[in-house]
Amino acid sequence: MNLHEYQAKGLFRDYGIPVSTGFAVDTANEAVEAAKKIGGERWVAKVQVHAGGRGKAGGVKLCDSLDEVKAFAEQWIGKNVVTFQTDEHGQPVSKIFVESLTDIDRELYLGAVLDRSSRRVVFMASTEGGVEIEKVAEETPDKILRAVINPFVGAQPYQGRQLAFALGLKGEQVKQFTNVFMALSKLFHECDCSLLEINPLVVTKEGNIHCLDAKLGLDGNALYRHPKLKAMHDPSQEDEREAEAAQFNLNYVALDGSIGCMVNGAGLAMGTMDLVKHRGGSPANFLDVGGGATKEAVTEAFKIILSDSNVKAVLINIFGGIVSCATIAEGIIGAVEEVGVNVPVVVRFEGNNAEKGRKRLAESGLDITAAESLTDAADKAVAAAGGKA
Amino acid sequence: MSILIDKTTKVICQGFTGSQGTLHSEQALKYGTALVGGVTPGKGGSEHLGLPVFDTVGDAVRKTGATASVIYVPAAFCKDSILEAADAGIELIVCITEGIPALDMLAVKAALDAQGSVRLVGPNCPGVITPGECKIGIMPGEIHLPGKVGIVSRSGTLTYEAVKQTTDRGFGQSTCVGIGGDPIPGSNFIDILSLFEQDPATEAIVMVGEIGGSAEEEAAEFIKTNVKKPMVGYIAGVTAPPGKRMGHAGAIIAGGKGTAKEKFAALEAAGVRTVESLADIGEALAEVTGWN
Repeated sequence: MNLHEYQAKGLFRDYGIPVSTGFAVDTANEAVEAAKKIGGERWVAKVQVHAGGRGKAGGVKLCDSLDEVKAFAEQWIGKNVVTFQTDEHGQPVSKIFVESLTDIDRELYLGAVLDRSSRRVVFMASTEGGVEIEKVAEETPDKILRAVINPFVGAQPYQGRQLAFALGLKGEQVKQFTNVFMALSKLFHECDCSLLEINPLVVTKEGNIHCLDAKLGLDGNALYRHPKLKAMHDPSQEDEREAEAAQFNLNYVALDGSIGCMVNGAGLAMGTMDLVKHRGGSPANFLDVGGGATKEAVTEAFKIILSDSNVKAVLINIFGGIVSCATIAEGIIGAVEEVGVNVPVVVRFEGNNAEKGRKRLAESGLDITAAESLTDAADKAVAAAGGKA
Repeated sequence: MSILIDKTTKVICQGFTGSQGTLHSEQALKYGTALVGGVTPGKGGSEHLGLPVFDTVGDAVRKTGATASVIYVPAAFCKDSILEAADAGIELIVCITEGIPALDMLAVKAALDAQGSVRLVGPNCPGVITPGECKIGIMPGEIHLPGKVGIVSRSGTLTYEAVKQTTDRGFGQSTCVGIGGDPIPGSNFIDILSLFEQDPATEAIVMVGEIGGSAEEEAAEFIKTNVKKPMVGYIAGVTAPPGKRMGHAGAIIAGGKGTAKEKFAALEAAGVRTVESLADIGEALAEVTGWN
C-alpha cells in the first residue's frame, strides 16, 4: 500500500525527521488559509497522487502570492494528473499539499528497500538527487552508495556517517544526516515498509539536512498490525475494478486484450496469459481467484471480467489443488444465471474434482465449451474471440 | 531415493486442529505420509485424527521423533511457529501459509541461516512431495507418479501443470518442491537444484520461475557450473505488464533484472532448454532426455 506525500511526511515528523511545515487541503480556500497559517511570502503547492513525475506534469508549483496558491488549487482539485508513471487517464487529485518554501543548496537522494537477493533492508544514497534515480543507477552505478542493515542489531550510526562523508557532507550536516538515517531505519522497521524514498533530500541554503519529498510503500501483509496506517489507504488512487476485486480476495489487473482470463494461482494465471498470447490471442486481464475460491468469488470474478467491454471471450483455467473444480463450476453457473454472459466461455478443468466440475457444466445446459487440454483451451478461446490478433 | 523427504520421514503438523491443518492432515494420512502428531498450544494431551496433540513442538519432537514439520497457522503467527520448530530441532520446516509480513521473513531467514542446521521450504507454497512416499502440503496427491524428474517451482498451480505433464508421459517425479512466491523464501532455486543434482533418483530437472526478483538469474549462474543433469525451464509472466510502479528504489536494486525475457535468456545461456508455452514442458523434457 502506498501513502501520499503528506501522510509520509506526517510519519517523518513523528520520527523527528526534518520536513517543512505544511497542510493537506481539500479546497482552494483552505489552501489559502494554509498558506496564511504557514506564513512567509512564498510557498510550494503539490498535488497529492500515488505517482512520481508530478513536477514535469505541472503538479508542483512554487507560488509567490496567495492568488497563485488559490489558482493552483482551483486548477487541480477534482482533476486528474497524468505523469510518465500513470496511464493516459492519470490519477485523481483530491488533495493539495501546501508547504513553506525551502531554499536549496544541494539535492541528494536517500532511499531504502527490502532487497530480495541479499535478504536485507538496504539503504541507497546518491549525490544525484532530484533526477530520475533509475537513470543514475543504469548510467553511473558507482554513484549509488549502499548501506546494508544487519537484521540482528539494526542500523548503526557509523553507517549513516559513512554515507554522509561519501556524499560530501560536512560538520553538523554529518550529524543531521546520521540522525535522519537512524530515524528512517527505525520507521522502516516499525511501520513494516517495503519502500522508502526521499528524492530530493536537500542541504538548505542555511546548511541543514531537510526532506523535500517523501515516498512510502507499506507491506500489505503487515497492515493488520498497523491499524492507523491502514486507515490512510486511499482507494481513489487505485483502479476501480482492481479495488473491487480485492474486496473478494481476487487479484485482478486490467490489460488491453480481448480474452478474459479466470485462473487459480498467480503463476498459472500468468502462464495462461502467456499461452493465450503464444497461440495468437491477447489477454484482457490477469485474474487469480485464489486457493480458497468460493462460489461468490467466482461470480464476482465473472462480473469484473465482463465489465470490460473489450472482452470477446472468457477462458477459465482451473487446476484444482485446494479449490474444487465442482465449486468453480457452481460459481460459473451462478454467474451466468445472475449476470447473463453473452460472450463464449471456454473452460479447462484439471485436478481436484475436475470430472465432477465438467459434468456439472455439461448438465447445466449452458453454452460453455469444454477444452481437452491447456493448448486446446487457449486455441478455442482465441478462435471464439475472433481468431488470431 | 528422493530429496528432503521419503516414506521414513516423521512429520508433525503445526496448526493441526485448525480447519486447514485438519483438511490437509487427513489427505496426507490418506496418501501414506508418516504423520505422527500435531501441535496446538493448549490442546496438548488430546487426540486429533487419531494422532496425539502436543502443546509445544519441543514436546512433539521428544515424544514422536519427528524431523519434519508442516505449518498451517495464520500468517500473523508464522514467525513464532517457524522459530519454535527450528528451536525444537526440526530439520525440515515446510510453511504453507501465505501473507506473512516480509520483515518477519527477513528476521526468520536470518535466524535460520545463523542456526545452520535447519531447512525451511516456503512460505506461500504448495509444499513438498515425494510421490508414493510422503506428501507434505496442499498439492493434489493423485496427479503425481513415482519417477525420475525433479520439479522445483515458485508457483503452486504451475507446479501441478509440470507434474501432470511428466505423469502423462510416464516419467514420474522423484520429488517436487514448491519454494513459494514470497520475496524472501526459506529455500531458493539454488538450494533445491543442488539437492536434485546430488540425488541419484533424479535424472532430469524441471524449473518453473516467474517474473520479479532475480532468483532465476542467480539460479542460471549456479546451473552453468554445477548442474550436469538435463533441465527444462519455464518462466511465467512474458505478457505481464511492467506493473504498477512502486517507485524507483525497487528498480534500482533489481539492476534492470526481473523480466521474463531476461530470465529466459539467462537460463538458455546456462544450457537449460526453455519453453515459451507451459504446455510444452513434457515434450521438451522428452527431447532433452531422449525418453519416450
